[in-house]
Amino acid sequence: MTKNVRLLSEPFSPGQFVGPFTNAHPGLGGVCTFVGEVRGDEGVEALELMHYAPLTLAGMNDLADRALDRFALMGVLIVHRVGLMLPGEPIVLVSACARHRRGAIDAVDFAMDHLKSDAWFWKREKRGQTWHWIDPRPEDHADLARWG
Amino acid sequence: MAVRLVFLGKLADLAGAPEREVPGPLDWGALVEALAGDFGDALESDKVKLAVNGTLLADKRSLAAEDGDEVALLPPVSGG
Repeated sequence: MTKNVRLLSEPFSPGQFVGPFTNAHPGLGGVCTFVGEVRGDEGVEALELMHYAPLTLAGMNDLADRALDRFALMGVLIVHRVGLMLPGEPIVLVSACARHRRGAIDAVDFAMDHLKSDAWFWKREKRGQTWHWIDPRPEDHADLARWG
Repeated sequence: MAVRLVFLGKLADLAGAPEREVPGPLDWGALVEALAGDFGDALESDKVKLAVNGTLLADKRSLAAEDGDEVALLPPVSGG
């Protein structure tokens, strides 16, 4: 099983990670990839993600380990941006490959729910030239609770 | 030497800066007192967590930081 976890402060192209990740697992039955981007609606001009270095990457590594333990995976890839982002830029990429599709799909769902409301990130949006901190939504906590 | 406080997310806005130094030793009562003017009762919320030198405290009221330690104040997270 392979694990690749990255915290990036510059824009990235998901393909630059997903291609090599897929190629590194010959014999896979399926690869599932989710890419989250900065939404361009609701007047959002920019988004900023803050992290805390002593906790954030270690927490992402722990999350990847839990995904590997919980699902029948060949490998997992987690890439998360920090810093200033513009609408249309990728924020997060999660990819999982497995012999069979269910493990890969569920692992990506699991990792995304944890990255949204159980990882060491703080997000704020700029609207009308003013920054607003974004609190987690009740739906985010409900999504997380699905995994027990 | 002092205890370095690191404010994450909206707590940095409340504190007026991302970091601040306060004299050690620092327990929970001293932290609340040091920040009362800026934070009001925001620290008391169960949603605010503390980490000392990169380790999360299971009970933030057990805080016992010394000079040279870094105490991070962590509000509710939102990523992805």
